[in-house]
Amino acid sequence: MAETRVKTTAQNSDFLYGLKQGVPIMLGYIPVGFTFGLLVAAGGLSPWLALLTSLTNYTSTGQFAGMRLLLAGAGYLEIMLTTLVINLRYLLMSLSLTQKVDPNLTFGKRIICGFGITDETFTVAAVAPDRLQFPYLIGLMLGPFIAWSTGTALGGAASAALPQQLSSAMGIALYALFIALIIPPARKSKEVLSVILISVSLNIILQYIPIFSFISAGFRIIIATIAAAGIGAWLWPDKQQQQLE
Amino acid sequence: MSEIVVNPVTAVFLMALVTFLPRVLPIAFFRREISSPYVKAFFNYVPFAVLGAMTFPDVFTSTGNIISAAVGCGVAVLLSFRGKSLLFVTSVSIAAVYLIGLILS
Repeated sequence: MAETRVKTTAQNSDFLYGLKQGVPIMLGYIPVGFTFGLLVAAGGLSPWLALLTSLTNYTSTGQFAGMRLLLAGAGYLEIMLTTLVINLRYLLMSLSLTQKVDPNLTFGKRIICGFGITDETFTVAAVAPDRLQFPYLIGLMLGPFIAWSTGTALGGAASAALPQQLSSAMGIALYALFIALIIPPARKSKEVLSVILISVSLNIILQYIPIFSFISAGFRIIIATIAAAGIGAWLWPDKQQQQLE
Repeated sequence: MSEIVVNPVTAVFLMALVTFLPRVLPIAFFRREISSPYVKAFFNYVPFAVLGAMTFPDVFTSTGNIISAAVGCGVAVLLSFRGKSLLFVTSVSIAAVYLIGLILS
């Protein structure tokens, strides 16, 4: 028992262990980053701009949405507000990680770790069994960041050479990644499955019932998330810890 | 496609700012321990709720063709149900959508 605990602590402070846990995320990010590079290049902008976006934004959904708006001729305010609303979920994730990270983590390291939060790295970090140390977090976040940027650069560069049929097929990549992240835990836990189903149902209701049509996509996701996670916490507060693959 | 009316580089930096702030502010400034099991459970359910709402129903319009998107989605669900890796699920879904697109066109 004592030995297991020591081992877990060591793992959570280990850079290489973090790097290893990041590998599946890395591999998933390459095709999705690639798709983003394609989107930018297909819109007539430079592949360098695509790379700049991935390096500075480093977020799938937010940068896809912002870039689509930019290409469609939206103004600064609309682009910023939409991106912000989509990213508000990170407030919840970042707040959640404050409970898991080493309390002695310095301010600078906290900023770096905050920047490295994505839906995927958060999901992995959130279910890690012990306090999160900086080397582990850096290990976990570094690989996906490099993969995301590299994928984007490749997508931007390959855009001209890629058949249209293939580039539209790559639109599924981001969603396939999300599905691959949520299905295995949902299979193991009825509670997680229920939370997902509630969230999806609310999102569909808000999207298709006309009286809610004033709610933008970003706000829809936030409302559905808070309601579904809230119902989950209220009904099943003790069944929370779900391991990811 | 309409004209781009903003400076793309400026827009990208503004997007980066509104992505950076929600991620960094809580972890940088909030240090209190949350003890309530309800709040803890809430945070543990958040990623699943977020990813679910972001995927459905948007996945069905992600490829420009609802049939190919539905097939790609079905493939992703099936493969991840069987516990396949992220890369495998993503690549095979893309390939399935591509094949269906070729057949339909």
